Amino acid sequence: MAARPFVLEGPVWPIVGALGTFLNDVDTDQIYHNAHLAVTDVDEMGQYAFGNLAGWEDFPKKAKPGDILAVGANFGAGSSRQHAVDCFRALGVAGVVGLSFGAIYKRNATNAGWPLMECPRLAELELAPGDVLRMNLETGKVANVTKGKAVPARPFSRVQKDIYSAGGLLAYGAKLAS
Amino acid sequence: MATIVEKIIAAHSADDVYAGATVWLELDVRAARDFGGASVVKNFEKHYPGQKVAEAGKTFFTFDCVVPANNIPYANNQQLCREFAARQGVKVFDVDAGIGSHVLMEEGLARPGQTVVNTDSHMNVVGAIGCLGQGMGDADVAFAFRAGWTWLEVPPSVKVVLNGKFKWPTTAKDLALALLREFGSSRLLGKAVELYGPAAERLSLEERITVASMATEMGAVGIFMPPSDEVLEWCGGAAGAEVEGVYADEDASYEATYELDVDGLEPLVACPPSPANVKSASDVAGREIGSAFFGSCTNGRLEDFRATARVMSGRPAADGVVAYAVPATRRVYGAMLAEGLAAELFSAGFVVSNAGCGGCAQGQIGMTGKGEVQVSTSNRNFPGKQGAGETYLCSPATAAASAIMGRITDPREVA
Ligand code: SF4
Repeated sequence: MAARPFVLEGPVWPIVGALGTFLNDVDTDQIYHNAHLAVTDVDEMGQYAFGNLAGWEDFPKKAKPGDILAVGANFGAGSSRQHAVDCFRALGVAGVVGLSFGAIYKRNATNAGWPLMECPRLAELELAPGDVLRMNLETGKVANVTKGKAVPARPFSRVQKDIYSAGGLLAYGAKLAS
Repeated sequence: MATIVEKIIAAHSADDVYAGATVWLELDVRAARDFGGASVVKNFEKHYPGQKVAEAGKTFFTFDCVVPANNIPYANNQQLCREFAARQGVKVFDVDAGIGSHVLMEEGLARPGQTVVNTDSHMNVVGAIGCLGQGMGDADVAFAFRAGWTWLEVPPSVKVVLNGKFKWPTTAKDLALALLREFGSSRLLGKAVELYGPAAERLSLEERITVASMATEMGAVGIFMPPSDEVLEWCGGAAGAEVEGVYADEDASYEATYELDVDGLEPLVACPPSPANVKSASDVAGREIGSAFFGSCTNGRLEDFRATARVMSGRPAADGVVAYAVPATRRVYGAMLAEGLAAELFSAGFVVSNAGCGGCAQGQIGMTGKGEVQVSTSNRNFPGKQGAGETYLCSPATAAASAIMGRITDPREVA
């Protein structure tokens, strides 16, 4: 597998409410409704992403591979369902940056090798839909390239780098010497 | 300068350990139960075909959810695990053994200062002996089987000082419920909780298990108790070797320190729909019940059944009440038989079953039907957890008093 990039850049989707501010406490049921939990094929999960989040139901139709999500506080709280991470991977969404995340959501994203960064100062980037966002996993810098603004975020730890580089936790296990 | 959890992690990691750091963590025990176990096996075989687990001697299956299996899917899953275990040389604590977290302690496999994962959200019950246990999903456990380690974010530690003394028939379960009443299900979210103070130091091994088993309901990573002499002796006996406890440094830094006075603590009940919905037993008294469940990783020890028998004191469960006693482990069951407790409870009208989680895991013993009201000594009362009925969580003493009267009863009325 080719080395995975530590700098990601792409058009951003700020997940905001009617007032234009980040939605907080978006739970796993809003991200991926429990009606579709029986789906086991990751590729089929994309169509249900945000299917239960008011105003965002059409996200799977709008999202393009390489896009990046920007989210509010406590994103992904709730159940342990892996689907809530995999639905975005299925759409080709490159990664997510957010104010904070539910612990299990963070664990699932890390294990899936799907880039997730915590960035408490995210609002300062004044992200508008389609602005180009750059996330540097190694230095922790997150930038709104379109508006020329940057803020610090939490860089990847050794654990996150190891898992991300291998393409996921289970894949990392396969690389270990027997 | 380090707290208990920081010391345990530091002894098992090459990474810098401080609250918030993400570290690779060596595991002394990696286990999977019958719930989740089959998925662990499937993940392992898909990603690591033909490969061996890191160390067979540190890898286990602990069947405890539906034991023995009473439906074909569970029987299939258990058999899948057995066959994998045979190929890998891994030991299975089979359907006769009891609740995995307890079995691992009794076998001396989970010891003070060690690290354990299992596909069990209550694996942190081993905090009772100062051991770090974590429940994890099947992918994480499959990786742990393969690698022998996992990763963890070092939790911030908080200290809770328990002052005063509670008096029978108030028990450690009421203390656990008092902690839930005080902290709810979110104030301790993601924290490693250390218990100090006279009321904590005094707790017996079984009482420590009861309190630690409800850390999950508080959202805590675990409740850690510095091992007492009694605990070290018991663990040493289980391990067949001397064991040492891990204690916090005197200048360890805590995110917060709380104090709680347990003097005069009353018997408590957690009402549906959540374990944090705690009321005085006397306030809920009178609610008619259809069943009473005694067991689970919270109150399935010998001491708990002694307390039950002590309150029953020869009286039978009321007409219209089905009482279930499910020992946590086969050893507890054996001790109940030897001590005459099983016969005593049987005579009081109880269904006395083989060891395991029972109704707590929607196993075959003690599940409720729609409209059924149950008092239960387990740790969760979310809708659907123990069936379709309503579950009131309480101590063995309160459950026994309620079983005698046929309605929720403050044990001080009958004890
Ligand atoms: S007794 Fe209940 S809470 Fe404890 S391990 Fe079994 S199912 Fe989980």
